[in-house]
Amino acid sequence: MGPLIPNGLIPLEWNYVIAILIGMAFGYILEASGFSSSRKLAGVFYGYDFVVLKVFFTSAVVAVIGIFYMDYLNLVDITQLYVHPTYLWAAIIGGMVMGVGFLAGGFCPGTSLCAVAIGKIDGIVFTIGLMIGIFVFAELFDVLEPLFVGSNLGNITLVDSLGISPYWIIFIFTIIALVSFVISDIIRKKVKKVFY
Amino acid sequence: MMKNKKQKNRHVYWNPYFGGFLMGLLIILTFYLTGRGLGASGALKSGVVTIVDTVATTHAHSNEYFSKFLSEDGSSPMNNWLVFEAIGVLLGAFLSGAFTGRIKWKVDHSPKITSKRRLLFALGGGILFGLGAQIARGCTSGAALSSMAVLSTGGFITMLSIFGTGFIVAYFFRKNWI
Repeated sequence: MGPLIPNGLIPLEWNYVIAILIGMAFGYILEASGFSSSRKLAGVFYGYDFVVLKVFFTSAVVAVIGIFYMDYLNLVDITQLYVHPTYLWAAIIGGMVMGVGFLAGGFCPGTSLCAVAIGKIDGIVFTIGLMIGIFVFAELFDVLEPLFVGSNLGNITLVDSLGISPYWIIFIFTIIALVSFVISDIIRKKVKKVFY
Repeated sequence: MMKNKKQKNRHVYWNPYFGGFLMGLLIILTFYLTGRGLGASGALKSGVVTIVDTVATTHAHSNEYFSKFLSEDGSSPMNNWLVFEAIGVLLGAFLSGAFTGRIKWKVDHSPKITSKRRLLFALGGGILFGLGAQIARGCTSGAALSSMAVLSTGGFITMLSIFGTGFIVAYFFRKNWI
């Protein structure tokens, strides 16, 4: 039963080979979907291109349905999967800082790597900025530590937070995604086209 | 003519639902194989730790944050799953760009602003994004997208916070994009 590497079903030696192959697929999908173009990415915030919303929500819905279905079929043990811990204020404030960074810089870390790979100079400069930002965080760690380690709610999921069945959450999330696709197409038709 | 050419450019990308579907399958596969999701900012953190450790070893070891990622036995922080994954991302994106003829030195920005202004904002935006990704323990790939696949509450909060803030501040950055 999965996950395969933690359960010793694939030898650990394969770990980094798999990492490179998974990364290649990730980079290929991102670039082929247009995520190496900052103007395409920024489109979601101005209504002229919703590729970010569509790819992001489609992949999240497919992934969550697939993982829970594989758990139902006993192909993977969901309790062994890593759940990103919830540090409430760190998630909110970190997300806000990233939101401003996204609009100013036009990328996020994964997409900027794709932009670097195909020679986008703005992507290269953004990536240098990311490394400076990480350095700044480490240097300011004394000041930021209370925010970073505070309000720790543990490795909780929406099932714990909302107290309803995961299947209902996935169902509602899928509906929200579908509605957002319809609305985004309506908005895009009304907004002046931007060519890039 | 120029406009026509650019209009055509938009259609060489994949259908977003197709790309999203493949990305979803990839996230499932990644969890199935490794028990964890995808990531991007983690590799850059390893890079920064390595650079600081090389340039100023004492400083890196005395810094409370950097020292978390430096092991006593001296193995490199680059010896990390996410670093190899990020190398793969560069290779995969390069292949996709090569097959479609998109590889060239270029700066994307609105015609209303100069390349210099675009690059200054890219630098500033990168610094903020790097800082925010450390505070939230991950970026759009790891903290938001992959975490949502296992219904992590923090993943949904981070996603809403990134995009919600994006929509709020979009007005102030409009000249750069539209």
